[in-house]
Amino acid sequence: MMYGFTWDTATPLTYAWSILPIILIGLTVTLKAAAAGFAIALVLGLVFAMLRRSRFRSVSWTTACVVEFLRDTPLLVQLFFLYYVLPEYGLTLPAFLTGALALGLQYSAYTSEVYRGGIEAVPRGQWEAATALNLTRMQTYRDIVVPQIVPRILPAMGNYMVAMIKETPVLSVITVLDMMALANMIGERTFEYLVPLTMVGLIFLILTLICSAGLHRLQKVLPKAGIPLR
Amino acid sequence: MPWVSYLPSLAQGAFVTAWITLAAIAIGAVLAFVAGIARVEGGRAVSTLALCYTELFRGTSLLVQLFWFYYALPLIGISFEPVATGILVLALHVGAYGSEIVRGALASVSVQQHEAARALNFGRLHTLIHITLPQAIIEMLPAFGNLAIETLKLSSLVSLISIADLTFRAQSIRNLTLDSAGVYTLTLLGYFAMSLVLMLVMRLIERLARRGAAFPRAAHS
Repeated sequence: MMYGFTWDTATPLTYAWSILPIILIGLTVTLKAAAAGFAIALVLGLVFAMLRRSRFRSVSWTTACVVEFLRDTPLLVQLFFLYYVLPEYGLTLPAFLTGALALGLQYSAYTSEVYRGGIEAVPRGQWEAATALNLTRMQTYRDIVVPQIVPRILPAMGNYMVAMIKETPVLSVITVLDMMALANMIGERTFEYLVPLTMVGLIFLILTLICSAGLHRLQKVLPKAGIPLR
Repeated sequence: MPWVSYLPSLAQGAFVTAWITLAAIAIGAVLAFVAGIARVEGGRAVSTLALCYTELFRGTSLLVQLFWFYYALPLIGISFEPVATGILVLALHVGAYGSEIVRGALASVSVQQHEAARALNFGRLHTLIHITLPQAIIEMLPAFGNLAIETLKLSSLVSLISIADLTFRAQSIRNLTLDSAGVYTLTLLGYFAMSLVLMLVMRLIERLARRGAAFPRAAHS
């Protein structure tokens, strides 16, 4: 991984400058993992939210239990579970995908609650109107519910995305070479952890500040009433 | 039943997890109130300081903070026991999140309450202790409940700085027995059970606080 890289530990500044390229490679892995994890969370969360609203008691109850379980157990242990147990059943995923899956699973529990809140906020009269107009369930969701809940749930989803970015360093424990893993490797070779770890911290801080500012802007730009999908 | 033999070790780990979580919640709550009140009531310098603390610990990852305190700080001559480091960092982290809850709840107390307090010639400290805090605390409790469970979940990360908590024990048992499914299922269930207990306790506190509704009586007494 780090062949061909040299570092200069003369002063903290030159050291930081010389390891910046490696840390930035780690940053791309961090961002990719968060993006993949968040995509999984968005889809799976919607599935959970729909199942939760199922007409069948057994389905909605089971979903509620699964979501509660995912939400109340640590990401780290879920990560170990997926990483060590899945291969025993013949499903060997690359570490990166396992990590993204774990992030996605954990956050799907959160996003499903956001979806649920959004869907429940749609007034009852609109559901009745949709039934009166003979719309199918699919059409109701696509044309009535989704356009209205998108602006309502976006801020919460954005917050979870930022939270997820901050949790990606955990993936370093299953050998995903993200920023954290690379900073640790550099630390192990140079016996100088202060600079690399501080850099990782600073990059996270900048990242989250940018994301929060972006979310703030997005909230202002979005129309309150809803967005047409077509 | 191989997994029965894991239970004693896992139980010991669960005890360490519970103790670290509770200690972090207690210290974190103090930090949350100090920083949250400083944000609302403090002068410019104090509230900026509190804002910096909040942003610093909310904006960076807990794992980075843990490793920073564990590996980096000793290099400049400051070091603690691993358990102390774990509790301290966890408390600083959740305290930062908690301070936002405290700040939000204090800010949500209506202006009229402040005006009434001023009309009655209450000092600022008096207003805070007898008027705004008793009302705000009830608003904070549900969010604090979620944060408590978040603390329990995040406490699993201290296993990575060699503290023998539940996750650490699970890792060692797995490395010995290679029975991943059994060990990790038990561990997940252990955390789930602890979360449920924590949730019940927080609900109970919430109910007691609402029933006691400190605010009307405390304001008059």
